[in-house]
Amino acid sequence: MVRFENVGLRYGMGPEVLRDVTFGIPPRSFQFLTGPSGAGKTTLLRLLFLSLRPTRGLISIFGRDAAKLAPDETAVLRQRIGIVFQDFRLLDHLSTYENVALPLRVQGREEAGYRAEVTELLQWVGLGERMHVLPPVLSGGEKQRAAIARALISRPEILLADEPTGNVDPSLARRLLRLFLELHKSGTSVLIATHDIALMDQFDARRLVINQGRLTVYD
Amino acid sequence: MTEKRNIAAGGLSAIVVRLRRSVRAHARGFRRQDPATRAARAAEKSAVMRPIVPSATVTTQALIAVIAIMTFLAGITIGAVSAVSGVASEWTSDIARETTIQIKPGDGLDVAAALAKAVEVAKATPGVSGARALDEAETAALLEPWLGKGVDVANLPVPRLVVVSLDSGAGPETMTGLRAALAEQVPSASLDDHRQWSKRLSSTARTAMAIGLSILALVAIATILCVTVATRAAVDAARSIVEVLHFVGARDTFIVSEFQHHFLTVGLKGAAIGGGAAVALFFLGSTLPSWFAFDQAVDTLVGALTIDPRGYGGILGVSVLVALVTTLTSRMTVYRTLRGIN
Repeated sequence: MVRFENVGLRYGMGPEVLRDVTFGIPPRSFQFLTGPSGAGKTTLLRLLFLSLRPTRGLISIFGRDAAKLAPDETAVLRQRIGIVFQDFRLLDHLSTYENVALPLRVQGREEAGYRAEVTELLQWVGLGERMHVLPPVLSGGEKQRAAIARALISRPEILLADEPTGNVDPSLARRLLRLFLELHKSGTSVLIATHDIALMDQFDARRLVINQGRLTVYD
Repeated sequence: MTEKRNIAAGGLSAIVVRLRRSVRAHARGFRRQDPATRAARAAEKSAVMRPIVPSATVTTQALIAVIAIMTFLAGITIGAVSAVSGVASEWTSDIARETTIQIKPGDGLDVAAALAKAVEVAKATPGVSGARALDEAETAALLEPWLGKGVDVANLPVPRLVVVSLDSGAGPETMTGLRAALAEQVPSASLDDHRQWSKRLSSTARTAMAIGLSILALVAIATILCVTVATRAAVDAARSIVEVLHFVGARDTFIVSEFQHHFLTVGLKGAAIGGGAAVALFFLGSTLPSWFAFDQAVDTLVGALTIDPRGYGGILGVSVLVALVTTLTSRMTVYRTLRGIN
C-alpha cells in the first residue's frame, strides 16, 4: 500500500531530518509512529500525505511513484488518505457538519447525496447534537472528534493521525483509541503519530520508532 | 488481550457495541441502514451550506471598500475627462461653424447697401448655410458695455457685422471662396474667420485633454495596484482555507474556482458601489440646475459636470475592469499559494 525505500529529506541546505527511512504500511494494518519531539514524526507524516517531496529515495503510494505525480493525481490519491492534524485545522466559519462534509464537497458531490452519511458519522463520534455548531464553540475533545470524522468521511484506505490524543484527557484518549481500533477492524490502515507511551501500551501494535531522523520498525 | 482488557475497563460496553455496529454500517456505505431511518434523515433539513470562502470577513469588507473607493475615483476621472472633451469639442465646433463679415464705414460708403451685398455674396457662396446682418439695435447692444445705453449707431463710425453660418461639412475652400467674392464685390468688407480664437481654443482643449488623460492613466495605474495589493492581502488572510482544501483532497482547479468566484463577487460589489456613486454624481450634476432653476452662471458652472453616454460607458468599463483585475489577481495568488504549499 505504502512503501518507503531509503528516503532522505532535508530542508534547503540544512542537515537531513530523515535518513535512509525504509518501511511499508501493509493493507489493514495498525501502527504507532513514535519518537521524541523534533525527531521527524510530523515530517514523515507530511511525506506520507504527499505534502512534501523527499530529497532522495523512493516513496510508492498505492503503487504510484510519489515523485512522478501530477498535482491533480496527487489530489486524487490524497482523497484515499485521511489525516487528522494535531491542530485540527477546522474552518471556523463552517459548522461541524460542513467541516466534516468538506472532503465530499470538494469532490463535487451533491449535499443531498451525503447528508445522511455525514449525520451518521457525526452521531458515531458523539457530535450528533453539535453538528450545527461552529468550531470555536466546540471543546478541544469535540474538535478532535470533528477532525477525525472529517478524515473518515471519505472512507480512506489509510488514516494518518498526528498526536490525536495530545489535547484530550486520558479518558477521552482511550475513547479515541477505541474509535481508531474500530476503524482498523473495518479494513482501514491506521498510523498514529504519538509520544504518549500510555496510549501505545493500551494496544499491542506495530511500532515505528524514529530518532534523530532514523526509523526503526518493531513488529 | 490488551485490547480486550482496555475495552472491558472502559465500562462502556453498550457504547462500544453501538460504535462497532455503526462503523460497520459506515464501512458498508450504510447499505443495511433502516430505510425508514434513512428516509427520515434524508428528509431532515440541514442548514444551507455556507460558501467555502467566507463572504462576511473584515478583510472582505475592507477589500470591497478599497475597490469601491478606487473605482469611484477612476470613474470621476473618466467622467471629468469626458466632460472636458465634450466642452472643448463644442467650443471649437461652435467657432468653426460661424464667421463674421465686417463692413467698415468710410467716405461715401453706403453701409446699408454694403451690408445687403455682403449678405447676398455670402449666401451665394457654397458651404454657407445662412447670413444675416446685425441691425442697429443689435449693434448697439454689442457696444452697450463700453458706450452705455441709447447709443445712436447711425451717427458713429463703428463697423457693422454680418453673421455667416457655415454648413457642418464646410471646408477651408468655403472661406477662401467667400474671401475672394467679398474682395471683388464688396471691397469695404473684411472677413474674420475666428482663426486665432479657434487655434487658441483647440490648443486649450488639447492641453486639457492631455492633462485629463495623464491623470486618468495615473488613477488607472493606482487603482490596479491598490486592488491587486488588497486582493493579495485578502487571499493571504485566507491561506488556512487554501491549505485545508488542499489537504482534504481538493483539486487545484476546484480551490482556484472557489476563490475566483468569491473575489469576482467582491470585485463586482465594490465596482458597482464605486461606479454607481460616480454615475450618480454626474447624473445629479447634470440635473441639479433644472431642479433648482439656477441662473445661467450657476448652470454654466455645474453644467461642466455633464457627461455624454461615452462617459457613462467609460465608468461602466472601468468598473468591469476593476472586477476582472480582482478576479485575476485572486486566481494568480491562489495558484502561488498552492505552489508554496507544495
